Amino acid sequence: MMEAKMLGIREEIVKERLGLTSNYAAAYAVKTVDVDVIAAYPITPQTTIIEKLAEFVANGELDAEYIPVESEHSALSAVVGASAAGARVFTATAAQGLEFMHEVLHITSGLRLPVVMAVPGRALSAPISIHGDYQDIMNARDAGWIMIIASSAQEVYDSIIMAYRIAEDQRVLLPVMVSYDGFLMSHTTEPVELYHEEYVRKFTPRNLSRYRLDPRKPITVGVIASPDWYYEIKYQAVHALRESKQVIKEVHEEFNKAFGTNYDLVEKYMVDDADYVLITYGGASSGNAKEAARRARERGLRAGVVRIRLFRPFPADELVNAVKDAKIVAVVDRALTPGDVYEGPVFSDVVSALYSRNIEKPVISVVHGISQRTMLADDFYNLYKMLDEYAKTGVYPRSTVFLGLRS
Amino acid sequence: MKVYFRTIKDLPVEEHFGPGQLTCAGCGPSIAIRWLIKAAGSDIIVVNATGCMEVTTTSYPYTAWSIPYLHVAFENAAAAASGVESALKALGRKGILDTKAKVMVIAGDGGTYDIGLQSLSGMLERGHGVLYVLYDNEAYMNTGIQRSGGTPHFAWTTTSPVGSKLRGKVQRKKDIMSIVIGHHIPYAATANIAYPIDLANKVKTALDYLDEGPAFIHVLAPCPPGWRYPEEMTVEIARLATETGYFPLYEWDHGRIRLNPPSNTHLDKSRRKPIIEYLKRQGRFSHLTEDDIKEIEKEIDEYWDYLARLIKAFG
Repeated sequence: MMEAKMLGIREEIVKERLGLTSNYAAAYAVKTVDVDVIAAYPITPQTTIIEKLAEFVANGELDAEYIPVESEHSALSAVVGASAAGARVFTATAAQGLEFMHEVLHITSGLRLPVVMAVPGRALSAPISIHGDYQDIMNARDAGWIMIIASSAQEVYDSIIMAYRIAEDQRVLLPVMVSYDGFLMSHTTEPVELYHEEYVRKFTPRNLSRYRLDPRKPITVGVIASPDWYYEIKYQAVHALRESKQVIKEVHEEFNKAFGTNYDLVEKYMVDDADYVLITYGGASSGNAKEAARRARERGLRAGVVRIRLFRPFPADELVNAVKDAKIVAVVDRALTPGDVYEGPVFSDVVSALYSRNIEKPVISVVHGISQRTMLADDFYNLYKMLDEYAKTGVYPRSTVFLGLRS
Repeated sequence: MKVYFRTIKDLPVEEHFGPGQLTCAGCGPSIAIRWLIKAAGSDIIVVNATGCMEVTTTSYPYTAWSIPYLHVAFENAAAAASGVESALKALGRKGILDTKAKVMVIAGDGGTYDIGLQSLSGMLERGHGVLYVLYDNEAYMNTGIQRSGGTPHFAWTTTSPVGSKLRGKVQRKKDIMSIVIGHHIPYAATANIAYPIDLANKVKTALDYLDEGPAFIHVLAPCPPGWRYPEEMTVEIARLATETGYFPLYEWDHGRIRLNPPSNTHLDKSRRKPIIEYLKRQGRFSHLTEDDIKEIEKEIDEYWDYLARLIKAFG
């Protein structure tokens, strides 16, 4: 009944169904929300986004100023300037580019500018690697941005539309990063349903009442704050990020209603009765984990998957609720925190969330898919078997498990 | 340059760059910005690079600016200004907002010669209608007098100290004007706080050209603590810089180069004051030997020879 109703909505709002990579899906979303200023600098695996946007602008399909900047640092700086002047802006990057703009990441959130950026994640040099993982994205996690990690091209398209609505909400005014798997998604063609412009525009009205640079009402942006003031000003941005979760939830609910989708801050897959839960993010990890959960269930293991879709602010309650009844949980990271207690970055978030809600259970840190090391559904199936064994023996690893690593 | 102002009395009375800043007494850059903003009027948006003028004018919860002002970081003022200019264009064209303003970057020598050179070059190459003003106090003064690409040969700074083996800055000052002119933009000029009418006319001329593309003004702005002279001497020292031929006033206007008064007579070396007059008043040069001074003089002569050849080719 519910599905039939959703189908009905989508028949009306879907304009066309195209085969698109996640990068092209991102570009189509940017076009549909009528962005005013784009700053573009090429870097693999992001480049095809800005190529597609250049085509849209060159063909007059998108009326925007396209600034072909000379570096990623300038890319984010240019959209910061444009956003401060009142424009709706977009840029995209990955890997070394995201590192190069790192300084400006903090400034963007500190200035409370609703910048939206797409980042197909990629491994960091050295050694240089163009292939996908999430090291770049994890390094950006303390920059005060809202961070969404999508798992399909459709979700990338939908998330970028939602991102503008969230970022520009007067209660939020923070930048949003929409990330996804470099190559495994950025360069993989999937069917994507694109919406009629009018529905998207209606969902993403411009916030023209926010502060902006205008001689008629001069403001000073980007001040120096003494220790007397810095803490309070920074806390406001920290508080806004924490509180943005409520707005993000609202926007998800409204989006689901308007577009017949079913997004949530975390995606739960067969977790209701699950003993063994894999916590994942991104496309390839989550897809493989789901396939493995199905196989494990066929073999009598009660397996499930929780995919983290909203990464910052971290959906602690939603995550804890999803896994609270599981016997044992494993967090599959595609990035590293060298020298930390465990080497998986999201593992630490999960443990902290559980501990803060007084939930004690074994949590395993797993790292896989570094620089796009092939992840097989079998690897994840074996992980479920390992969890089963750990649960039975009560003995489990107290350090990170590196899957797919040659010895 | 077009002449908009003939005397100081022609300048607007309004001040959009307020008093009560935290600059040092006798601050050259502060004087520069006062003249700049006076000439430009209120319909501008200033994008400021990190530096002395940013930290002394925006100390929360106060601001010295009664025009819209944006500071993002040190090396990216030109990029941020590119974004502001593009935003005004796009929003105006699409009928979303009609913000009427010219965009002006204000950046120091560190933010221009060194860390910001890439973003400046990008902005010039892309042709954004932005006026980029370099206020040159010839070192990283905000962090406490460290040498930059704009610091002159032999000058003492804390990172080009006077020791037993090395005596001040080993390298010569970078020729930023030639780098900027190499981008073939409509307008580039040098100016000096000691010649406010010349400076004001250059600002107005530059702003009028922004529909065609970028403009650049290089303003010499002495720094009492960094150059080590008494603070009441700022304007006098700035004037000597031009009178001795150390800092010639000239402009590049649509492919033509022209010397401005008083530098227009200085191709004849005898019309320049001796360089010692400029050097001897500044503690940063107090260690110079006769040979060092001769070397500086030779370098200035070489630069004038270079200018003479430019004028011959593009005059």
